[in-house]
Amino acid sequence: MVAAALHEAIAYPAVGAALDIEHVNHAFDIDGVVLPVLEDVSLAIEPGEFVALLGPSGCGKSTLLRLVAGLEKPRSGVLREDDIRITGPHPSRVVVFQDPTLFPWRSVWDNVALGLEAQGILKSQRQRVDAAIDLVGLSAFRKAYPHQLSGGMAQRVALARALVNDPKVLILDEPLGKLDSLTRITMQAEIVSLWQRKGFTTLLVTHDAEEALFLANRVIVLSDRPARVKADIRVDRPYPRHRGDPYLADLRRQILGLLGLDATW
Amino acid sequence: MSTYSVSDASAAAGQAAADVSPGWLEKLRSGGYGVGLAAAVPWLAFGASCLYWEDLGDWSRTHGLAIAAFGIAALALLGTIGADFLGSAGVALRRRAPWLVALGSFLTVWEVATAKFGWLPLPFFPPPQAILEVYTDDMPKLFDSVIASVKLQLGGYIIGAAIGFLTGVSIGWSQKVGYWVHPILRFIGPLPATAWLPFAFFTFPSSWSASTFLIALATGFPVTVLTWSGVASVPNAYYDVARTLGAKPSFLVLKVAIPAALPHVFVGLFMGLGASFAVLVVAEMIGVKAGLGWYLQWAQGWAAYANMYAALIVMSLLCSGAITLLFKTRDRLLVWQKGVVKW
Ligand SMILES: Nc1ncnc2c1ncn2[C@@H]1O[C@H](COP(=O)(O)OP(=O)(O)OP(=O)(O)O)[C@@H](O)[C@H]1O
Ligand SMILES: [Mg+2]
Repeated sequence: MVAAALHEAIAYPAVGAALDIEHVNHAFDIDGVVLPVLEDVSLAIEPGEFVALLGPSGCGKSTLLRLVAGLEKPRSGVLREDDIRITGPHPSRVVVFQDPTLFPWRSVWDNVALGLEAQGILKSQRQRVDAAIDLVGLSAFRKAYPHQLSGGMAQRVALARALVNDPKVLILDEPLGKLDSLTRITMQAEIVSLWQRKGFTTLLVTHDAEEALFLANRVIVLSDRPARVKADIRVDRPYPRHRGDPYLADLRRQILGLLGLDATW
Repeated sequence: MSTYSVSDASAAAGQAAADVSPGWLEKLRSGGYGVGLAAAVPWLAFGASCLYWEDLGDWSRTHGLAIAAFGIAALALLGTIGADFLGSAGVALRRRAPWLVALGSFLTVWEVATAKFGWLPLPFFPPPQAILEVYTDDMPKLFDSVIASVKLQLGGYIIGAAIGFLTGVSIGWSQKVGYWVHPILRFIGPLPATAWLPFAFFTFPSSWSASTFLIALATGFPVTVLTWSGVASVPNAYYDVARTLGAKPSFLVLKVAIPAALPHVFVGLFMGLGASFAVLVVAEMIGVKAGLGWYLQWAQGWAAYANMYAALIVMSLLCSGAITLLFKTRDRLLVWQKGVVKW
């Protein structure tokens, strides 16, 4: 028991990792034409920070997240997690993708257990799966298959599947984009309280300036493709935040202006 | 037909308000009381025709067949009356009642047309009692043939399915393997397995191993192609998810690619099963001196047409049994697919 606890403490410290993104460039070849996607992106993210990335559709936000996750290598530049160069995926950095992408042949429980199973530690850590499912409020659906879930429930399973690994960095790619506004608001509050309890570093992509301001310490505004860092805004407001906060409303106007929407506001 | 109209009237009275389609059709679909009673009639007729009508030829099992027919008629009657007390067995019986009517009628017509009037040329179209006679008197030989066929088929099919599955996964997964295997598959795969017959029978040490090879070949090709296409069509997003959660390549193959490809694999297994039956029968007819295919050949050679029909019936029962078994296996392994796709 002590050994297990110790193992857990060593493998998964409840503290987030620092992320360094240094002069990263990335491009895709589409039919021989080079499409630059990221241009000299540099960001230093401190342990436990909650950073929101905002930018126009197709500017390269998901691409940046894939680089941080280690799913792709940048054309040039370096990414580091706690001063260690990122060369491939690692369970300390888990991603909740734009789509839930649950495995349809696995039940909710088995989907959430995926990470522990892949790392070969499921046998001794089964209670962590139950805990993660409880955390997202789906205890009654352990045995359900993905096609039996609603969109919001599926996204919550995807969140549980990520959280069960006790990641140092949680990468969220518009995880709430497809949810109805009520579920969205609930999930936003859940994400904040999870982040506060566990202390992981969070990188969140969103389209919604209000959501970014409600959740993040820091909002990075990206330019049109190829994405460059256009603005780096600190949000020094205590949690829980209030949607009507005039300070946030002011920041929101500023951000929408950066995104080219000043006329409407 | 007269039994219909009675129940028909009561059914029509009961459902008159709601029912738009003809009452007899509804009744036939649901297999009600009337159909159950109707089922007994042709079987009684069948039995009576066996018992009280002199055969044209000399068949020893006519009497036994009559008793069996009366037995089925009695079961149909009892089942109809007692269906409500028989639970799920009663429901199943009721659902099949229309088929009992059809089968009984068919057998009666067959009996009368062959044994009583001789409308169909006799050695080629034996009456039902002649086939029954095969089952009672030639059982040991028929049984040995079934065992031989099942052994050969099972061995070849399992080998072919296993090799096909492994090959399919390898070429779906590894480009290098695909580079070498894909052209071979393209070149050799579409060749019907029976085209290899001459080759197989002089290269292999025994006709049994040659036939196993041919059956494995017929099974292996569709299983390979469909497993491969199944593995190749797994969305990259699944791999991304697994990799970010710490999955190694072996996990990606065993726990992502294979389960995702399994529905395709089963299509291949079904196709392979059908193809291998054809090869089995041909191989048994030509090379192997055992099995149902050989029995068929033997029966035809001796003009024992009743034996031939008897073997055909057994063969079709075995083949459909095998297909049913595969369906059951799939339903069990792919429960998750229910509700994702229609099947
Ligand atoms: N695998 C790929 N191959 C080629 N081009 C790609 C690939 N992935 C992304 N791109 C291109 O890179 C650009 C940025 O894509 P990305 O998915 O990062 O956008 P995004 O900012 O996440 O957009 P959205 O907000 O709509 O999700 C797009 O123009 C897209 O066409
Ligand atoms: Mg995106």
